[in-house]
Amino acid sequence: MLKILKYSFYDLMRSRWSYVYFIFYLLLGFGLLFLNHDLSKGVITMMNIIVVLVPLIGTIFGIMYYYNSKEFTELLLAQPIRRSRIFLGQYLGVAGSLTMCLTLGLGIPFVIYGLFRSDAIWQFGLLILIGAFLTFIFTALAFNIAINNENRIKGFGYAILLWLFMAVLFDGIFLIALITFEQYPLDNFSLLATLFNPIDLSRILILLKLDISALLGYTGAVFKQFFGTHIGFLTSMSTLVLWTIVPILLLIRAAKRKDF
Amino acid sequence: MIQVRQLEKKFGRNSVLKKLDLSVGEGGIYAILGPNGSGKTSLIKCILGMTIPDRGEIKVNGLPVSQSWKYRKSINYMPQIAQFPGNLKLRELIRMIKDLREAPSDEDELIHLFGLEPFMGQKMAHLSGGTRQKANIILAFMFDSPILILDEPTTGLDPASLIKLKKLIRREKERGKTILLTSHIMSFVEDVADEIIYLLEGVIYFHGTIAQLKSHTGQDDVEHAIATIAEIKTPTYA
Repeated sequence: MLKILKYSFYDLMRSRWSYVYFIFYLLLGFGLLFLNHDLSKGVITMMNIIVVLVPLIGTIFGIMYYYNSKEFTELLLAQPIRRSRIFLGQYLGVAGSLTMCLTLGLGIPFVIYGLFRSDAIWQFGLLILIGAFLTFIFTALAFNIAINNENRIKGFGYAILLWLFMAVLFDGIFLIALITFEQYPLDNFSLLATLFNPIDLSRILILLKLDISALLGYTGAVFKQFFGTHIGFLTSMSTLVLWTIVPILLLIRAAKRKDF
Repeated sequence: MIQVRQLEKKFGRNSVLKKLDLSVGEGGIYAILGPNGSGKTSLIKCILGMTIPDRGEIKVNGLPVSQSWKYRKSINYMPQIAQFPGNLKLRELIRMIKDLREAPSDEDELIHLFGLEPFMGQKMAHLSGGTRQKANIILAFMFDSPILILDEPTTGLDPASLIKLKKLIRREKERGKTILLTSHIMSFVEDVADEIIYLLEGVIYFHGTIAQLKSHTGQDDVEHAIATIAEIKTPTYA
């Protein structure tokens, strides 16, 4: 598996798009810190961009890589390698290289602007960790969509819909539900609903760590009570881990049954 | 060497292989023939474990292939479509397959034979279809595995390379290898094949030598003989 990982990683590191992604974050980081020297504020702005953009890029790269390397996958399938290793290797290659672009692209400007001398380092670390989780989650989801859809256009469509749902529609539905049932106590409902969307979960996790939960009003207080504690933090982290592992297991299952 | 028993495969409602039985002994060149959609590639892919059969059993070297992967160490496969990761250079691709198979290989001789030296440093995406097919040949022939499976190996080759390919196939046969190939080019099949397996709609209609094929159909010419089998449509095992 490590060999497959190595080669997909090499392959991606040479593709122009990886550099575009890397340079985009680099420019974004420098631009932001140039305009606004406050690292903490930089982290907040970055978070707003990352929770939407990282899933989108993870989804698109995942689906594109799977479809583009289809013939190559067939070549690998004829080699003496376990099936699950091939797909796991390719998946880790894509998710790993995207995470690297993110970490380096944002890391370089933040370090140059004195990240190690500021107290924003933990917040920045969390931001990168969340970014990595979102990359791994959405790449895995994209691989699942791709492996179950022979038709590229359909696969691409489903992937974009998934992203749209998680990043935009989920919040809308959530909001409508809150307004419709406003007579009822909804704290636990909203807490639970948040766990079902990795994007929302990530956003709230960072917001609360940044101590700006006062902006969130009463619900924010409930959230703070939950996420602010160690148990809450661990629960949400393990939920993110589950969000990563379950799609990977589904991917392995689909890979074992698929005809090529 | 390869035993196939009661193999069945459906894609949706379309039954591609119907209770297919086939036994391929050790050594020799076996040509799997049949019109488009007759199940040739599906049969090959089932043997390779790329397609998972609905029913039936396949054994390679006496061991069942389902859920197994180690048996593929004894098989080299040349797929129909020569597509490779575009960002890799030819040299890197060869090195990668060597690295993955961890087996001794003699690619230098083959690279020289097909004159691929000038392309070694080029990215796969920049190579022409014919050159990619030559790379495909090299990847399949550079290892010393007892079984070779070639799916339409002649596609996109120029006449000179075709002659080289035929020589290579014969040389591998002399080394005692079992070679399974598909082709639509009858002259090529007549030139290299020892036995012919004729597939139609997922059933084997003929399995025997070229001489048997000719005497069975009463035709002197392989092309006509094959056409005759397709018309008779009664399974025969010579």
